[in-house]
Amino acid sequence: MEFKDYYKVLGVERGASDEEIKKAFRRLARKHHPDISKAADASERMQELNEAHEVLRDKEKRAAYDRVGQGTQPGQAFQPPPGWDSGFEFSGGPGDFSDGADHSAFFEALFGAARQRGAQGRAGPGAEPSRAHRGRDHHAKIVVPLEDTFSGATREMTLQSPEMDAAGNMTLRERTLHVGIPKGIRAGQQIRLAGQGSVGLGDGLRGDLYLEIEFAPHAHWRVDGRDLYFTLRVAPWEATLGATVNVPTPDGVVEMNVPAGSQTGRKLRLRGRGIPASPVGDFYVILELVLPPADDDKARDVYRQMARELAFDPRAPLEAAA
Amino acid sequence: MNTHSLAIGVCLTDECALELEAFALACGTEAAFVRLLVDEGLLQPLVVQPAWRFGGEELARVRRIRRLQHDFEANLQSVAVMLDLLDEVERLRATLHRAGLAAR
Repeated sequence: MEFKDYYKVLGVERGASDEEIKKAFRRLARKHHPDISKAADASERMQELNEAHEVLRDKEKRAAYDRVGQGTQPGQAFQPPPGWDSGFEFSGGPGDFSDGADHSAFFEALFGAARQRGAQGRAGPGAEPSRAHRGRDHHAKIVVPLEDTFSGATREMTLQSPEMDAAGNMTLRERTLHVGIPKGIRAGQQIRLAGQGSVGLGDGLRGDLYLEIEFAPHAHWRVDGRDLYFTLRVAPWEATLGATVNVPTPDGVVEMNVPAGSQTGRKLRLRGRGIPASPVGDFYVILELVLPPADDDKARDVYRQMARELAFDPRAPLEAAA
Repeated sequence: MNTHSLAIGVCLTDECALELEAFALACGTEAAFVRLLVDEGLLQPLVVQPAWRFGGEELARVRRIRRLQHDFEANLQSVAVMLDLLDEVERLRATLHRAGLAAR
């Protein structure tokens, strides 16, 4: 496990005041918040910021962190000395989000065991000794190929979660799960895997695991909810005279009529050929006219002939308005 | 330690949508807070009759609300404005995306 320099995460000096820490956190949170930033690692950045803020704004945790941090370099292999946190209660202030938030293995090693002891302690002195506490839920994203929703699939994913062993130390446990992706699922939906979250305390149930579905970008199709969008390139004569063209859909290649007199941007619908949800989505074809290049005499002659013979002025509406 | 297992999940939609108490638990919050969000117009149940039920998109929304509240120390009114703006950005992005003008 690597030592994390929380001061560096927030970009503040070791002697920074509470006010400086709060300011730095707010500034960085606006920049890296996963609900605002589109950066792929926004969630990880925000988790790191939250963790650093959670420790450094709390006098007890900051003092404890400074004590273990003495003489340790960032990135250096780190193991907290046994019993290092005795004497700290880490009560967790009002609005403490830590029960629902994910923390790094480093954080869990320092404060996880104390928190779990705290949770047990809060059951009250003299109460049933092993009062049950349900384990934490875990939330993760799973990126799957779009094809998975057309017929359903099973995907393998590896999860790492910190867990407390029998001796009360936090260890990283790695698990490989085979997850069924049901047919017709849409991006943003969640699969709930009961009992795949953290272990509970005492007789407490295990928490659950929630997986949010995200589709990997597809080579041809764009997804919008349950509908698929496809840009179909057509020649000018196909668009103007009408044509029958082949379109690749999830059900295979289908023939589609391009109506005569079509222009770029025309939207055609293949009903019921989108994501097989309930109700089933549609498949939209957006036409894009592509002009043949005029890079030889023959092609240039054809264009010249069109210019001569067609009474066509694309800017006629403009001139009529002037 | 590494273990393999086949996990059977359910997709939180229509027939498997969660009832209020189970949903609040999944969000890491309480039923009263979920009720407040619905009353304030920040959240709509997926199913209204005969009893409220919530799906995966609502779960993500409540988690987003709690993140915004926590990370910016924002009150519900500020969060409501942020959600409206984020929804608008999402709509505009979806329009661009459908037109093939921007990769998501």
